[in-house]
Amino acid sequence: MIHSIVILPLLGFLIACTLSFFKSNAFIDRLAEIITCTFIVLAAFFSFYIFIDNIGNPSIVSLKLFTWIESGSFSADWSIYLDSVTSVMLVVITSVSALVHVYSIGYMSHDDSKPRFMGYLSLFTFAMIMLVTADNFLQLFFGWEGVGLASYLLIGFWYKKPTANAAAIKAFIVNRVGDFGLALGIFTIFIVFGSIEYENVFNSAAKFSDTQFAFIGYEIHALTLICIFLFIGAMGKSAQLFLHTWLPDAMEGPTPVSALIHAATMVTAGVFLVVRCSPLFDLAPIAMDFVVVIGASTAFFAATIGLVQNDIKKVIAYSTCSQLGYMFVAAGLGAYGVAMFHLFTHAFFKALLFLGAGSVIHAVHEEQDIRKMGGISNFIPITQVMMIIGTISLMGFPFTSGYYSKDAIIETAYLSNSNFADYAYILLTIGVVMTSFYSWRLMFLVFNGKTRMAEENYRKVHESSSIMLIPLMILAIGALFFGFIFKSYFIGYNSDEFWNGSIVLHHEDHHNIPLLIYYLPAILGVVGFFIAWMMYLRKSNIAKNIAELNKPLYNFLLNKWYFDELYNMVLVKPAIGIGKLFWKLIDGYIIDGFGPNGLASLVSRISSRTKQIQSGFIYHYAFAILIGLSLIITLIIFRF
Amino acid sequence: MNELPILSILILLPIVGIFFMTLIRNNNDQSSNNLKHTALWISFLNFLISLYLLFSFNQQDADFQFEERYFWIEYGISYHLGVDGISILFIVLTTMLVPICILASYDSIKFSVKEYLIAFLALETFMIGVFCSLDLVLFYLFFEGGLIPMFLIIGIWGGERRVYSTFKFFLYTLAGSVFMLLAIIYIFITAGTTDVSYLLDYNFTRNEQIVLWLAFFASFMVKIPMWPFHTWLPDAHVEAPTAGSVILAGVLLKMAGYGFIRFSIGFFPDASELFAPLIFALSIVAIIVTSLIALVQEDMKKLIAYSSVAHMGFVTLGIFTFTVQGIEGSVIQMISHGIVSAALFLCVGVVYDRLHTREISRYGGLVSKMPMYAFTFMIFILASLGLPGTSGFVGEFLVLLSIFSINTYFAVFATTGVVLAATYSLWLYRRMIFGALIKDDLSEMLDLTRREIIIFVPLITLTIFIGIYPKPVIDIIEPSAKKIVSQVNGKLN
Repeated sequence: MIHSIVILPLLGFLIACTLSFFKSNAFIDRLAEIITCTFIVLAAFFSFYIFIDNIGNPSIVSLKLFTWIESGSFSADWSIYLDSVTSVMLVVITSVSALVHVYSIGYMSHDDSKPRFMGYLSLFTFAMIMLVTADNFLQLFFGWEGVGLASYLLIGFWYKKPTANAAAIKAFIVNRVGDFGLALGIFTIFIVFGSIEYENVFNSAAKFSDTQFAFIGYEIHALTLICIFLFIGAMGKSAQLFLHTWLPDAMEGPTPVSALIHAATMVTAGVFLVVRCSPLFDLAPIAMDFVVVIGASTAFFAATIGLVQNDIKKVIAYSTCSQLGYMFVAAGLGAYGVAMFHLFTHAFFKALLFLGAGSVIHAVHEEQDIRKMGGISNFIPITQVMMIIGTISLMGFPFTSGYYSKDAIIETAYLSNSNFADYAYILLTIGVVMTSFYSWRLMFLVFNGKTRMAEENYRKVHESSSIMLIPLMILAIGALFFGFIFKSYFIGYNSDEFWNGSIVLHHEDHHNIPLLIYYLPAILGVVGFFIAWMMYLRKSNIAKNIAELNKPLYNFLLNKWYFDELYNMVLVKPAIGIGKLFWKLIDGYIIDGFGPNGLASLVSRISSRTKQIQSGFIYHYAFAILIGLSLIITLIIFRF
Repeated sequence: MNELPILSILILLPIVGIFFMTLIRNNNDQSSNNLKHTALWISFLNFLISLYLLFSFNQQDADFQFEERYFWIEYGISYHLGVDGISILFIVLTTMLVPICILASYDSIKFSVKEYLIAFLALETFMIGVFCSLDLVLFYLFFEGGLIPMFLIIGIWGGERRVYSTFKFFLYTLAGSVFMLLAIIYIFITAGTTDVSYLLDYNFTRNEQIVLWLAFFASFMVKIPMWPFHTWLPDAHVEAPTAGSVILAGVLLKMAGYGFIRFSIGFFPDASELFAPLIFALSIVAIIVTSLIALVQEDMKKLIAYSSVAHMGFVTLGIFTFTVQGIEGSVIQMISHGIVSAALFLCVGVVYDRLHTREISRYGGLVSKMPMYAFTFMIFILASLGLPGTSGFVGEFLVLLSIFSINTYFAVFATTGVVLAATYSLWLYRRMIFGALIKDDLSEMLDLTRREIIIFVPLITLTIFIGIYPKPVIDIIEPSAKKIVSQVNGKLN
C-alpha cells in the first residue's frame, strides 16, 4: 500500500504524458483524466488509511528500494520512510491533490491539452511524495527539485503567454537560489556526520552539538551552520522574505495549480524540512532565532502587501506567504507540532480559497481584477458560501480549523522566552488584523456592492459545474472541522503518542494565558472584518481617500516594497552586464586579441617585413654580401 | 595474452571500414546511401564489440585489463594497450556516439559524402586509441592524430567562417601539445621508457614534476578547455557541422579530462597538489564567467559551447580534489556531458536542418508544431542544468561534495554555477520552444522524423538511467578511482 502511494502518481504521469503525444480528441482527454484522477484518489484513500491507522498504533516504516548514489563513503538510497510527520504530509498532499485533479476536469474543460495538464499534476504529486517519504537528504533534494520542475511546468502551462513563461523561469531560478543553500547544507551534514541518512544524523545530533566547522575561514558552530543552510532552502521553497518574489508571479499558472502547489503543498515543504530536522534545529538556537525573525517578518510584510493588491489570486498568494511565516515562527520557537498543525489546517482552507477563486474567475469570464467584479453573490451562492468558510477559517474565527492552529501559534509566541518571541508576537498579532481585513476586502469587492463588470459579461455570470463544486465542499469540511478533530493529536494531550518521536516536542503550559491575550486574536479578527466592511461596503470612498492621502505608502505596498525592481537592479542587470563584458571585451578583445588573433597577425606582420628583404634583385644580395664581408673583416682586424 | 586482441580490433575496425569504402564509387544518390550504410554498420559493429568489452570487463580488478604489448619503435616505446574502469567508459561513449553522428549526418551532408564518412571513421580510430593507449608516444600519436580529421570536418563541411575556426582550433590545440611532446621526450630520456604502467610507479623529483606537469597542463587545459584558453571552442562549435560538434563536445574534450586523471595526477602527484589551487581558481572562473557569457548569447551553438566550458570546470574541480568522490564525480560528469551536450547539439541540428539558422531569436513557440522535439529538448536541458534524476546531477553533486570537503570557499562559488546553469538553460528553452508561434517560416516546421527519434531514444534512456541508477557506472569506475586515489596519496605521504 505504501508503495502504491508513491507509484500511482508516477504511473498517472507516465500514462498521461504518453497520451499527450497523441492527437487530442475527447476520448484521449477523458482517458487521461479518468486514469490520473482514479490513481490519485486511490492514493489519497491509502494515505488516509495509513494516517488513521497511525493514530491508533504509531509506527515507523522504513523501506530501502535500491541504491541511488554510492561513492566512496557516501551513500544514498531510494527509500520510503513513513513516520507520523510523513503520514500527515501524505494526507495533505494526496487529498488536496485528488480534489484538485477532479476540480481540474471542470476547470480545464475548455483547454486543448488536458492530458498534459493532468500529467503535470501527477508528476508534481509524485515528486512531492518522494520529498516527504525520503529517508535521507538526497532523496529529499530530488523531491525538492522535482516539485520545482513541476511547478515550473505548471506555471508556464499556458506557454503562449509571455508573462507565464517569465513567471515560470523566475520561480525555478529563485527556488534554485534556495536549493543552493540546501545543497550546501547537505554537504555540511555529510562532512560533519559522515552520512546523510536521517536516522544516523538525527540520532547522533547531540553528539555533535559542540562541533565547530571551518567554513570560509570562520569556525562556526556546525549545527547552526547546517540549520541556516537548510533554512535558506526552506526560504526559497516557502517563499519567505527575500526569496518570496516568485510566489505572486506564480499566479500566472492555472488556478488549480495555485491551489495545489502554491498554497497547500509545495510551499509548505520548507516548513516540513524544518520540522523534519527538528532534532538539529533544536540544538541550534541561533538558527532558530533566524527562523523566527524571517518567519515573523514575512508574516507581517506579506500581509501589508496583501492589503492593497487588486488581483484576486495575488491577494491569496500574499496571504499564503504570510501564513507560511506564521508556521515558521511556530517552528522557530520550538513548537514543531503547532507548525505542522497550521500546515495541516492551512492546506485545506487555503486550497478552498484558491479553488473558490477559480470558480469566481470562471464565473466572471477569466477576469482576475477584483476592481472589475462585485455584486455577483446572487449568481454564484455556493461558491460564495465556500469562500466565506475559507475566509473565516483563515481569519481564525472561533471553532473553525484556522482558529485552533493560528491561536496556538500566537499563544506560543506569547509564552515563549526566545530572544525574538516578543518581536514575533507583536508582528503576528498585527498580522491577524490585516489578514482579516484583506480577506474580507476581497470578499466584499468580489461578491457584494454594485457590480463594476461590463453589462454583457455581468448577465452571463454563472455558477460552476458540480465537478468543481464538490471538491470545494469536501475542502470546506476540512476547513471547518479538522482543527477541532485533530487538535488533541497535533498539539494536545495525545501529541506525544501521535508524533511518536518523529519530531522534538516541548510541552508548554497554555493555562496561564490571560483571558485578554487568549481572546485577542478572535477580537482582532472581528475588528478587521468591521474595518473592511466600513471601507468597502458602507462608504466605498473611504478606501480611495486613504490611498490618496498616503500616496507614497500606498505605492510602496502596491509595488510590493519594490523587491522586484531592487533585484532587477542589483542582480539581473549586473549579471547580464558582466556576461556581455566578459564575452565581448575579455573573450573577444583581450584573450583573442592578444592570444590567437594577435599572434597570428604578429606572425604575418613579421613575415611581411622579412619577405621584403628577399627582393630577387641580384645587386641587393651582392650589396648584403659586401656589407657582411666588410663587417667580418673589420671584426677580425680589430680583434687582433 | 592468448585472448582476442579486442582493443586492437576496436581501433582497426574503422580503418578496415575505410578501406572498403574507398572501393565504393560515389557518383549518385544510391551509392552515397551505400556509403552511409556501410559507415553506419561498421561503426555500429564497433559499438557492439565495445559492449562485449564492457561486459567481459572484470569490475573487481583495478588493474589494466585486455593488455596488449608489442615491440614498436625501440626498447621502452611499445604498442601497449589496456583499459581500466575509467577508460573503458570513454571507449563505449565514443563507439556509441559515432554511429549516432553518422546517422545524424544522413541528410545534412550534401557533398563529398565519402570523404566525410572516411574522416569520421578515422576520427573514431584515433579517439579509441587515445583511451586505450598505455604508452605515452602512442597516446600522443592518437591524441594529435585526431586533430587531422576534425580539422577537415570543420574546415570542409563547416559554416561560413569555417576556415578561421578550423585553423584556430587546430593551431591552438597543437601549440598546447608541443609542450607535452617535449615532456614525453624528456620522460623517455630520464626514465628510459614511455610505458604508462611503469611510469605510474616511477618517482620524478619534485622539480621535474613541476616542469613536466606544466607541459602536460598546457596541452590539456587548451583541449578541455579551461578559462582563459577556451575561445577556440565556441568558434569551432559554431562552424562545425552538427556531427562535428557532437564529437567535439562528446569525446574530444574528454580526452583532456582523461589525460588529467591518468597522467597529470598519476605521474606528478606533488606538482598536482601544488597546482591544485590554480586549477580550482581557473575552474571557478570558468564556471561562473562562462555561465554568465552563455546567458547573453544569441547563437544557440555558442550558448551550448560556453555551457560546455562551465561543465568541464566541474570536471577539473573534481579531479584535483584527489578524493574518490571527486574522481568518480568527474568521470560521471564527463560521461554525462558526453551524452547530454552531444544530444543538445543534435537538438540544435534538428532545427538547423529545417530552418538553416542558429540564431535563437529566429525561433519561438516551436512546441506548437514540434511537441516531441520540445519534450526531447526539455529532457536534455534539464540534464544540463543538473536536475536530480538526470545524469547531470550525479556527477555535479559528487564533485561539489568533494570540493566542499577540501575547500569551502571554492565550493560556495562553484555551487552558484548551479543557479546560473538553470538560468541560461531555461532562458534558451523559453526563447526557442515556448511563446506563441508567430514567425511565418516556423509554421511549416515538422516534428522529429523516425531517424531522429532513433537517434534520441538511446540518449534519453541513458540520461535518465544514469540519473536514477548510476550504480552500474560507478561500480565500474570505483576500483580504478580508489586505486588512483590511494596511489596519489601514497606518493604524497
